[in-house]
Amino acid sequence: MKLPGFENSREGWKQRSSLEFRHRIDKFAGRLFFVFSIIPVFLAIAILVMMIYKSWPIMKTHPLWQMLTGQVWKPDDGLFGFLPFIAGTAWVTLVALFLAVPPCLLTSIFLSEYASHSLRAFMKPLLDILAAIPSVVYGVWGTIAIVPFIQNKLQPFIHQHLGTLPFINSNNPTGFGILSGAIVLAIMVAPFIIAVLYEILSNIPEGLKEASLAMGTTRLQTVRWVVIPQALPGIIAGIVLGASRALGETMAVLMVVGNVAQMPHSIFDAAYPLPALIANNYGEMMSIPLYDSALMTAALILLVIILIFNITSTLALQHVLERNI
Amino acid sequence: MKNRWAGRHVAETIFKGLMLFSFGLVAGSLALILWTVISKGLPSLSWSMLTQAPQGGYYLGKAGGVLNATLGSLYMAGGGTLLALFLGLPIALYLETYLGRSVWSRYVRLALDVLWGIPSIVYGAIGFIIMLAIGMRASMLGGIIALTLLELPILTRAIDEVIRMMPRDLEQAALALGATPLEVATRVITRQMLPGIITGVLLAFGRGIGDAASVLFTAGYTDRMPSSLLRPVASLPLAVYFQLSMPYPEVQNRAYAAALILTFIVLVVSLSSRWLGGKLGKFIIK
Amino acid sequence: MQPHIQIRNLNVFYNRDQQALKNVNLEIPHNQITVIMGPSGCGKTTLLKSMNRFLELTDGSQISGQVLIDGEDIYATGMDVTEIRKKAGLLAQHPYPLPMSIFDNVAFGLRIHQMKKGRHLEYAVQHYLEAAGLWTEVKDRLHQPATRLSIGQQQRLCLARGLAVEPEILLADEATSALDPISAQHIEERLVDLKKEYTVVLVTHILRQAKRLADYVIFMYLGEVVECGPAIQVFDHPQQERTRAYLEGRF
Repeated sequence: MKLPGFENSREGWKQRSSLEFRHRIDKFAGRLFFVFSIIPVFLAIAILVMMIYKSWPIMKTHPLWQMLTGQVWKPDDGLFGFLPFIAGTAWVTLVALFLAVPPCLLTSIFLSEYASHSLRAFMKPLLDILAAIPSVVYGVWGTIAIVPFIQNKLQPFIHQHLGTLPFINSNNPTGFGILSGAIVLAIMVAPFIIAVLYEILSNIPEGLKEASLAMGTTRLQTVRWVVIPQALPGIIAGIVLGASRALGETMAVLMVVGNVAQMPHSIFDAAYPLPALIANNYGEMMSIPLYDSALMTAALILLVIILIFNITSTLALQHVLERNI
Repeated sequence: MKNRWAGRHVAETIFKGLMLFSFGLVAGSLALILWTVISKGLPSLSWSMLTQAPQGGYYLGKAGGVLNATLGSLYMAGGGTLLALFLGLPIALYLETYLGRSVWSRYVRLALDVLWGIPSIVYGAIGFIIMLAIGMRASMLGGIIALTLLELPILTRAIDEVIRMMPRDLEQAALALGATPLEVATRVITRQMLPGIITGVLLAFGRGIGDAASVLFTAGYTDRMPSSLLRPVASLPLAVYFQLSMPYPEVQNRAYAAALILTFIVLVVSLSSRWLGGKLGKFIIK
Repeated sequence: MQPHIQIRNLNVFYNRDQQALKNVNLEIPHNQITVIMGPSGCGKTTLLKSMNRFLELTDGSQISGQVLIDGEDIYATGMDVTEIRKKAGLLAQHPYPLPMSIFDNVAFGLRIHQMKKGRHLEYAVQHYLEAAGLWTEVKDRLHQPATRLSIGQQQRLCLARGLAVEPEILLADEATSALDPISAQHIEERLVDLKKEYTVVLVTHILRQAKRLADYVIFMYLGEVVECGPAIQVFDHPQQERTRAYLEGRF
């Protein structure tokens, strides 16, 4: 059933030898695309190399271990102890996760196991919007809503009733501190963690849940004994991925956390996380010897921690999601 | 027997209550944040706020508005998104149509994951080092480059994700007609993936326009209107950050207004990506 | 006259250890409907996909042996994949219209093979839609998205799209199994009509469909060709015990 009337004629077709031409274009595009695909690999390597190169001067004179465990930060005297900043990062991130994980887990279970279709459809854009709000806006909110609340209400109240407990007792009356940073951070990473956990939970085969329900269990028992155990590796990976986001968050935390280079002892103490250190001082420190190299080392430490968290959890998630399909 | 049943249902009810509470917490905090930003920003939002740069003195001037930051942010995020799309779309198409599951594609995806994990403050610092090395000062171009670096992995991964969700049979249907991989990529995949690609672009734009840490050192800050690629330029996130910490209410009001404008832009971008996605989806094979 | 397709010593593995085809040798004649039948999982689709080099799209597949179309080995080095796929059109199990209008779906193949736009292209699109028996149903809405068609119409659109690149062979992979009985009948009628011009290879697990359509039959079981030959011979006088068992429904 060749086209009648046009048999054996080139009428209506373009003249050039089309096949060879198409293949040449295809090959050329393939090579061009390959060059493009080198870019991310090159960038990733170049950034790491550049940071190591920039932090090399200080590593030569100050052993890395000494800097990591040093508690004194006095660049003028050549003292570069990173421990207060590392501790600040750890405090803020851990408290934020402590606040964020339970509600996130419950919300994602609710969405995947209980919520109606229309509620899910409503929740998705809500999470997208929460995730899209810029971090300075969270910072503004933290400054004018959270900080005064902690300063005027929460801290006096807790001080009065639980004042002597460890991790609570503090003589920082400003409200700018770890708890403020952690609350802001918790709300910032919540949509992200919920989205990841929801994907993991809804990826669990329906048949598995039905098998459990068919034995007469309640939804809750199914969640407790079937869904959670099955999803646990993914849940942990999702939380670690959320932690890697929290670790690198700069502006919102910087605006409410107080920025005092000390070892924090209480959730009401001010802290100085690594990203804030870099943001506050980079670009203005050229006169002090080794200062920029020290800040680059701080960035490198931050990056290495984040990448370890990020890559292990991403690979684990890929593994989990592919296994369930 | 009966008691055990009752116990199960009490637990179920408590658990359900907890979940609803958590859900309300998440939804409520969004409402709270929006309310704070609007209630603080709306009173300071005037015509001059939208249409003027800061007036009346270096950095601490009490008159004028935030137009310089609005334009600066739009230019930089727009430029960064265009560059990231120009680089990222070919990479995403290449990964799927030419490479499939080869070793190289795994490396490229790993590199994208690494780049995605790098915090924006590090991109800012890296951008600053590069600019120092080539003798450039803080400028709009520097900001665009930093935002391109920040947005490239976001955009590429988002597009890669939608392409990977595409039914394999669709690609095979085109291959079965004797199409080359390039023809499949340009004529079928981009068509099918258009809503997904637009969502990815707007997602990256939203992240770029809201990011302060990456433009902090690279783009600088100024009271002037953006005029040249090689001059420092203001941006909304930095307008919020710098002006909020000033002790003068007039200057702080500019911060609140900037925060409101920024939130508004991000919300419009986020909502329009949904709307466009639905609108352009009519040719899509489900 | 030499057979249109010859397959020699074809072995296909998935993931090294899973052998999908075991030493397949057969010949497929010109201008007939050849039906490949057998229980599910016996390698029917693998065999079909070896004829347009679709197997290599599956990760971890390994192929050895020869598939000759018009005496040329399509797996020989230097063979052009796109040219082979142009020659052997595929009608898949589920219709997958491309994400564009009805007209553009049929014109897609013509355009990538460099037909100019204009009167000639419009004529060709109409012609192939007629050949697929779809023209009268869609002639007033050629520029609507193809997704608005019913599933049976979509399958005929895919047929028209496949015919438009002017193949010599039509590979149909359970092409009616996703369709309602009336749409399936439409497709069957088209296939019978088309065998005057094309060599049709049809995979099916429906015995009655095989009996209705087949001129030549290949019966497969567990990756091996058990029996092949003209339809009358295989259906009425099967030589192999396993074929007889299958035909009598004893599987």
